[in-house]
Amino acid sequence: MLTLQYVPHHEFVSLDMDEKIRRILKSVKDGKILLIEGRLDHIEESELIKRTMQIINKTFKGIEIASIDYEFKGDFLDKLKKDIAHFLLRKRSGLTIVGPATIVKEIRKDPSKIELLTMEKKKK
Amino acid sequence: MISRIKGFFGGVFSVFKKRRSIKLGIYGHPNAGKSTIANRISKDWLGEEFTKSSAVPHETREVIVKEKVTIKSKGKELTFNLVDTPGIATKIDYEDFLKFKINPKEAKERAKEATKGVIEAIKWLDDMDCVLVVIDSTQNPYSQVNITIIGNLAARDIPVLIVANKIDLRKSDVKRVESAFPQYPTVAVSAIKGDNMESFYEHLFKLVK
Repeated sequence: MLTLQYVPHHEFVSLDMDEKIRRILKSVKDGKILLIEGRLDHIEESELIKRTMQIINKTFKGIEIASIDYEFKGDFLDKLKKDIAHFLLRKRSGLTIVGPATIVKEIRKDPSKIELLTMEKKKK
Repeated sequence: MISRIKGFFGGVFSVFKKRRSIKLGIYGHPNAGKSTIANRISKDWLGEEFTKSSAVPHETREVIVKEKVTIKSKGKELTFNLVDTPGIATKIDYEDFLKFKINPKEAKERAKEATKGVIEAIKWLDDMDCVLVVIDSTQNPYSQVNITIIGNLAARDIPVLIVANKIDLRKSDVKRVESAFPQYPTVAVSAIKGDNMESFYEHLFKLVK
């Protein structure tokens, strides 16, 4: 059975980096796929990868992760809009999907969409 | 007086700055062709390869430094320490190595070393002066690993050159790589065949200037 867990922005934003990573890894190790409203910053992402590597073992093979942001393509004005939106929403824009590599085979990402592919169940 | 003191210390620091070696890091996914590029640079300018590259992912499992690599282009000379890093991944499964006819014991050991290699590569990010982010141009460039590496470098103000590798392959799509990271210069190469390396070295001079 596939378990999707939605994490609203207000639950996540108040946590510090350690707490965010601890919470993500705990849920993922329990076999859950998290849909987080908002996104980690790049330093948090690299720290998440480091901590994931530290706990890989026979049963936990790592994570699949993808973040998607609202696209503001184009000129200076568009960039300004994006920066203002980020400031006002405190990184609320966007979505992060993270799940265990034993369940999530791949997260295919294009600039504007995410496709999540799960592992096929092994035939007995 | 103050300007004199400033001038004195500025001079002293500039000497140290000049003496300090530039570290050029090579980052990317496993199998993007990082070691092949490192070897191409080394072969072109030192006449020898310095690291092992292969089709098996995570062949490079620790950071390897080649010191004092000097390249020349259009009458200019550039010396740097070349840092080949293990591929960064979010998952490592020892069973993936079994497909390459590696025995289970060795595969488990390789997986363990690979996890340490990823951590080491991330730790080294802080020490780089400039970085080549190698992307396999036959693959989707919008991977979280590419985004995380480039985002980390941007956060640290480290200059980046995107190297779209494997242009000799039919599925190569350099435009897709360029459109994924339009804010960075991109150079397309085939490191294994040595295609477009002249342009690569010109880009390298601009990166390290």
